[in-house]
Amino acid sequence: MSSIRVTVIDREGTSHELEAPTDMNMNVMELCKSAELPVEGTCGGMAMCASCHCYVESAHAGSMPEKSDDEEDMLDEAFHVNDQSRLGCQIRLEDALEGMVIRLAPVG
Amino acid sequence: MIQTDILIIGAGPCGLFTVFEAGLLKLRCHLIDALPQAGGQCAEIYPKKPIYDIPAYPEILAGDLVDRLMEQAKPFQPGFTLGERAETIIKDDEGQFVVTTNRGTVHRAPTIAIAGGLGCFEPRKPPVERLQDYEDHGVEYIIKDPEFYRGKKVVISGGGDSALDWTNFLADGVASEVTLVHRRDGFRGHPDSVQKVLDLAAAGKIRLLTNGEVVGVAGEERLETLTVKHKTEGEIEVETDHWVPLFGLSPKLGPIADWNLNITKNAIEVDTLDYSTNVDGIYAIGDINTYPGKLKLILCGFHEATLMVQSAFKRIYPDKNLVLKYTTVNGVNGF
Ligand SMILES: Cc1cc2nc3c(=O)[nH]c(=O)nc-3n(C[C@H](O)[C@H](O)[C@H](O)COP(=O)(O)OP(=O)(O)OC[C@H]3O[C@@H](n4cnc5c(N)ncnc54)[C@H](O)[C@@H]3O)c2cc1C
Ligand code: FES
Repeated sequence: MSSIRVTVIDREGTSHELEAPTDMNMNVMELCKSAELPVEGTCGGMAMCASCHCYVESAHAGSMPEKSDDEEDMLDEAFHVNDQSRLGCQIRLEDALEGMVIRLAPVG
Repeated sequence: MIQTDILIIGAGPCGLFTVFEAGLLKLRCHLIDALPQAGGQCAEIYPKKPIYDIPAYPEILAGDLVDRLMEQAKPFQPGFTLGERAETIIKDDEGQFVVTTNRGTVHRAPTIAIAGGLGCFEPRKPPVERLQDYEDHGVEYIIKDPEFYRGKKVVISGGGDSALDWTNFLADGVASEVTLVHRRDGFRGHPDSVQKVLDLAAAGKIRLLTNGEVVGVAGEERLETLTVKHKTEGEIEVETDHWVPLFGLSPKLGPIADWNLNITKNAIEVDTLDYSTNVDGIYAIGDINTYPGKLKLILCGFHEATLMVQSAFKRIYPDKNLVLKYTTVNGVNGF
């Protein structure tokens, strides 16, 4: 099984070092849920709820696929959005994301 | 007062299927839902998306699934209290449950099935300081009656269908002034509604503030001005009578948390024997419950509903015996 290391900083500021499989077609929202971090994933990962809103704090933003229109549209309706904002469910875990640091956005 | 055999809180797919299964046992049902329509998440979040894991339907739109469940339940004439939130549950002298909604509608039943899904859908409120001070004093999250805005200055925020549709509606001779504030140039709503908004803006009938976001609210007793942060022009003050932020709905557990039920992680603990909760006579099915191995799937909720009504029957008629009858034998005999 191949995997990468991803750091997720929760809403209390605690860092969680996670081992993230890259061969299971998983995304960051699912990774957080499987680690029992407080991410609802209400829409199951269809860019329809923004409950997986997070900030990509490491320099990986550039090596990720561009945001789709659906993701842009949903982020428009989300709160606390900034330039690092992404929907976790739209970030697929891939080898290029080794060492990525993600911070969960406030709920709302 | 509405009297029934099983009072179902939540009219999502699991609540609706409960009506059918209960009907087969000659038990009557009444449903309460906070949303104005039945169907729960399927109707509110993804009516036009296909589902692929409903047995015998290789593919079915969530909205169609709700329509079929309504049709299947119809012979059993379920009652509906829609657009009202079940607020309190108490037990009366005769051991029946009395459930009252936020609008004061009273229901009574010997058994309750909570099929509340992820909870009540509530408007998402933007994180603007002192916003709650102006709620109902100029800030509203849903437009109940457009007449309320006649002759008033209104600012609407959001980029989805409801923001666009209300902008178009209120600009048509209802409000005296309409401003639409949206964070980007692009809109998520239906292309026709988007075009209409752009046309109105070009004709000077509405003010369109794209690349802007409301960041402040102010006023003496009620809302008077909004501060809009614009990407390039900095902060703009907008005078208004009303601000209606329309950022969609998100589910919150709500009153269910106060009903003395055992709750872990926003879900009600149940016994998988019959999906009963720690309160005798109250059951919980579908997304709202939890037990070892729980999966939040429609299919699983249907199974839970089927076993639950058997137990509810025995509770209501302790002296009667239940024999499983195939629907193929007797057909469906409605009320
Ligand atoms: C985008 C998306 C895709 C999905 N895809 C699938 C799929 O492919 N297959 C699958 O099996 N499942 C899928 N699901 C999950 C499925 O929709 C849920 O499992 C299902 O809706 C749960 O049904 P339910 O009846 O338990 O609750 P819900 O559908 O959540 O309905 C609960 C209802 O209860 C109401 N309510 C709650 N509290 C109160 C109260 N106090 N008073 C009044 N009303 C109240 C709510 O307003 C709501 O309408 C998906 C979900 C989403 C969001
Ligand atoms: S899980 Fe809903 S938008 Fe990502």
